[in-house]
Amino acid sequence: MTENQKHEKQNFRLKDLFNRPSKPYANPYLGGVLLGMVLFASYFITGNGLGASGGLSRIAAFVEDLIAPGHIDQVPYLINMAGGQRNPLDSWIVIVTAGVLIGGFTSGVIHGRTKFETHKGPNISNQTRWLFAFLGGICFTYGARLARGCTSGQALSGGATLSAGSWVVMFSIFGGAYALAYFVRRLWN
Amino acid sequence: MIPFPLHLESLLSKPLTYLVFLMIGFLFGYVLEISGFNHSPSLASQFYFKDLRVFKVFFTAIVVGMLLLFLSSAVGLLDYNLIWVNPTYLWSGIVGGLIMGVGFILGGFCPGTSLVALATLKIDGIFFVLGGLVGVFIFGETVDLYKFFFNGSYYGRLTLMDVFNLPTGIVVILVTLMALFMFLGGEQLEKIYGNKDPKKAPKARYYGAGVLVIVAIVIAIIGQPTTADRWNKLESVRGDDLNNREVYIHPGELLDTFHDHKLNLVMIDVRSEADYNLFHLLDAENITPAEIPETIDDFIAMPANTVFVVMSNDEVTSTEIWKTLTAQAVPNVYILSGGINNWLATFATPYEEGFCGYTTEAGEEELHYEFDAALGSNCPAAYPDHDEYHLEYEKKIKLDLKRAPVGGGCG
Repeated sequence: MTENQKHEKQNFRLKDLFNRPSKPYANPYLGGVLLGMVLFASYFITGNGLGASGGLSRIAAFVEDLIAPGHIDQVPYLINMAGGQRNPLDSWIVIVTAGVLIGGFTSGVIHGRTKFETHKGPNISNQTRWLFAFLGGICFTYGARLARGCTSGQALSGGATLSAGSWVVMFSIFGGAYALAYFVRRLWN
Repeated sequence: MIPFPLHLESLLSKPLTYLVFLMIGFLFGYVLEISGFNHSPSLASQFYFKDLRVFKVFFTAIVVGMLLLFLSSAVGLLDYNLIWVNPTYLWSGIVGGLIMGVGFILGGFCPGTSLVALATLKIDGIFFVLGGLVGVFIFGETVDLYKFFFNGSYYGRLTLMDVFNLPTGIVVILVTLMALFMFLGGEQLEKIYGNKDPKKAPKARYYGAGVLVIVAIVIAIIGQPTTADRWNKLESVRGDDLNNREVYIHPGELLDTFHDHKLNLVMIDVRSEADYNLFHLLDAENITPAEIPETIDDFIAMPANTVFVVMSNDEVTSTEIWKTLTAQAVPNVYILSGGINNWLATFATPYEEGFCGYTTEAGEEELHYEFDAALGSNCPAAYPDHDEYHLEYEKKIKLDLKRAPVGGGCG
């Protein structure tokens, strides 16, 4: 080890972990095969598929329970999750959500893609992007609660188990997005 | 018995169960990240046919997941009846899906991908997640305004096999081929709109496609296990329960179960409609053996404290139905010992006897009581007075753990 390398090693800082060179993403078909295997493992071991919006809705219920516990007990939809003494976070889907965060973070660090940045189309400002991300988030989870699941819980998991309703939801998601894409093309192009 | 899915709650302590779910979530998040699902322009550009990365990942995952699921089911490793299949709510699914599509193109993420974007510190992802929490809040506050729509057009556990009336193997092949054609078309669209040269993509994907088709064909050739296959596998475990009469309950136990409010009693009367009309137990459902297969999904979905009691005139038909239901993974199924004939022998009052004579000449599975009027359940023996009878019997009903999940990842 040369003096220079020793010096570099001593000066390792946490910050450098987030400034590693970004590596390209995996081949999409390979990513799909791996995702399919994770999905299968989930069903095979637990009988349940993957999900994301369920975790989000329980986190929202938890926050609401902190702010206005009395209110939760009057909203039928929330009682199931957080009514009375129930802890909305005590559910397997919340644990899966925590795992998603840790797994995504880990892969991002390993591949040099965990860094503060905003991805957007070339013709809008960061602020516009943030606004539309926020609005899109509202719409998406609202629709996901109405359809009883999102792209993970309905389209992916239900698609693989050949649930008829999930295929309908899947085509509706893609249909809605394709139908609107032309009119909001400035956001992305 | 078909070994998978496991019943984690009974095998592991709660922290270990949660560790399994944490691992699954970890892998889910990791794979979403390496697939580029935290990069919103990639997610959005599929809707402009420029880069179909997300579309390819997504449908490959569905096909691979589907093939592994139905292959393991075909070889008897996984019980398809016991995995969560999203129930179909047609119109709320369509409207919810369209709203999600709007959120997708505006926000550039879906909930799962936004979590990965947040975890990798993408600021647009953080805003999407915050919006998502607000969306849940608004939904909770507004769903009561249209709860009939939300809970309407319900079709239960409906699969593509049910809709198209095709065997599982054929649906699996069709879905696989559809995905491969979409990939082929998608690569052409990328060439036109995104200036991507499909020739530069690895050749290995053709071999991969070949493997998928072969696996789909193998699944179709093996076929999914029939009730008889399932019973053959189960016989070594449950056959003794039949031989030792562990699942035949005394009429007195059934009468006590009427009044046990901790149990959800479902009585299944599998006799002909004619016999059912002559006499049946109060609240017993008339389901003929031919109709039984359609009821299985609903039975599996019932609450964990449900007890099913099958009855016929004697025990031959009810025992066959017990085998069918048990082989199809319906939990807690019992048989009324001696059937309706024994029930009437135990509980018939002078009122019923006024309408019928007893014959010893009835054949197997025939009613020994010759009714001259259809009493249905409008007579005392259909719901005997609990205080009047104090019968001695050996208690047989024990609740098994429910193995099937009660909800998916979206509840």
